[in-house]
Amino acid sequence: MMAFLTRRKSLLVAASAALALSLSACGGSSSTTNPPVAEKPSFAADSTMAKLSSAGKITIGTKFDQPLFGQKGLDGKPVGFDVEIGKLIAAKLGISADKIEWVETVSANREQFIKQGKVDIIVATYTINDKRKTEVDFAGPYYEAGQALMVNKDNNSIKKPEDVKGKNVCSVTGSTPASTIVEKYGAVLVPAATYSACLEPLRNKQVEAITTDNVILAGFVNKEPEAFKLASDETFTKEPYGIGLKKDDKVFRGWINDQLEAFDKDGSYKKAWEATAGAVIKTAPKLPAINRY
Amino acid sequence: MDVIIESLPQYWDGFLRTLFLAVVSGIFALIFGTLLAAARVSPIAALRGFSMAYVEVVRNTPLTIAFFFAAVVLPRLGVTFQQFEVAAIIALSAYTSAFIAEAVRSGVNSVPVGQAEAARSIGMKFSQVLSLIILPQAVRTVIPPLINILIALVKNSSVAGAFYVLELFGYGKQLANDHGDAVMWVLVGVAFFYLLITVPLGYLANVVERKVAIAR
Repeated sequence: MMAFLTRRKSLLVAASAALALSLSACGGSSSTTNPPVAEKPSFAADSTMAKLSSAGKITIGTKFDQPLFGQKGLDGKPVGFDVEIGKLIAAKLGISADKIEWVETVSANREQFIKQGKVDIIVATYTINDKRKTEVDFAGPYYEAGQALMVNKDNNSIKKPEDVKGKNVCSVTGSTPASTIVEKYGAVLVPAATYSACLEPLRNKQVEAITTDNVILAGFVNKEPEAFKLASDETFTKEPYGIGLKKDDKVFRGWINDQLEAFDKDGSYKKAWEATAGAVIKTAPKLPAINRY
Repeated sequence: MDVIIESLPQYWDGFLRTLFLAVVSGIFALIFGTLLAAARVSPIAALRGFSMAYVEVVRNTPLTIAFFFAAVVLPRLGVTFQQFEVAAIIALSAYTSAFIAEAVRSGVNSVPVGQAEAARSIGMKFSQVLSLIILPQAVRTVIPPLINILIALVKNSSVAGAFYVLELFGYGKQLANDHGDAVMWVLVGVAFFYLLITVPLGYLANVVERKVAIAR
C-alpha cells in the first residue's frame, strides 16, 4: 500500500513538473512590467478619474484569448500589450496592477459591457469605427493594426486578399474583418465565436484562411510556427485600436489621450510593446496621431 | 424596430438555412430513429443492445457535445467537408434520432401484444409484423410527441450558430454586434422567425392528431 502510494505521488509530481515545463515554454514570449503607480494624483471633483482614483480600483475589459495582446494564463492574470496599456492608465490613476479587475470582453459584447457599466474602460484590440462611436467613446488610437490572412504553412496559393474569392475564410461573427473579407473580396465566411475557434477548421483544411488583424494572427503564428504562417506581411486595411469608454465622458477621454501621449514621450509605451508583442513583431510601432473629437 | 425591417435580407437568409437544417435533419432523424426503435424491439440481441446503448449515450449527453464531435472531431479523423452545414445535420440528426427512437418505442409498446401474435400466427415475418401491423398503429399514437421533438429540433438547430454555420441565430449574433443600440429588437426578430417555423408545426400536430384519432 505504502509503495503504491509513493509511486502514485511521484507520478503526480512528474506530471505536474512536465505540465509546468510545457506551460512556461509557451508562456515565455510575453512578460509583464510594473509601471510606477502615481501617488495621490488629484483630479477635478466629479470626474471619472477622481471617482476611480478614490475608489482605488478599476475594472478593465480585455480579451483573454488574444496572444500578445490580452491572454489569460493559468495563473488567472492576463498578459499582453493591451493589458500593459491598461496597467499604465491605472497607474496614472494611482491604482496598482493588483487592484485592477480584469473582465473578459469579446467582439460581440464590448459595447454592452461599457453601457451597462460592467467595465470602466476596454482595451481589447478594439477597432475605432463610426458605428461603434455612436455607442461608446474611444480614446486613442494607441496602435494601428491592419487586416491580414493566416494560412497553413504548406499553403502557397494565397498571397493577397483577392486570392480568397469564393473560398472559405474563418473569422469572428460580426467583426470588422469578417465584413471586409466578404463584402470587398467575396470570400465565403465561416463564422466562429472566437478567433481561437477558427484554428481547428484551418488545421483540418476546411477553411483556406483565417482573417483578422495582423497582430492577432501573429500571436497564433508565434504559438505554432510549424503549423501556420501569415499569407503576406502586407496588411490590406487600417484598424486603429482605441480604448473604449462610456459615451460622452469627454473629460475622461481627453485625460486618457493625454496619458497616451505622455507614455509615448517617457518611453513606457515602447517598453510595454517590447515586453509583449515586440517578441514577435520586431518593429516597434509609433503611437498613431491621437484622434480628439 | 427599424433594425428588423432593415435587416430582413439577413433574417431571411438565416431563416432559410435554419429551415433547411431542421427539415433535412428532421427527415434523417425520423428514418434513423425509427430504425433504432425497430432494432430495440427486434429479436436479435446485438441489435437491441446497440440501439439501447446508442439511445442512452446520445440522449443523456448535451447537444453541444454532438456538435463538437461532428464539427471538430470528425474532421480530425479525416472526415472533412467544406460546408459546415453537413456537420450540423450530422449532429442534429444523430441527437434527435435518439429521442425519436424512444418515442416510437413507446408507441410500439402501446400496441396490444395480441396484434403481433395474430400477425405471427398467420405466418408474417418479423419485418412484416413491424412494418405492416405494429408501426402504422404505433406511429399514430406518437404523432404529438414526435412533433414536440421536431419543434425542439428546430430550436436546437440554433446551436449550429456557434459551430461555424450562419443560420438564424448566427445572424442574430452578427446583427446584435452590428446594431449594439437595438439588441433587444434584433433578438425579438430572431424569435419571430423561429416562431414562424414552430407555431405552424404545433398547429400541424393538432390537425394530424385529430385526423388519426378518427381513424382509430
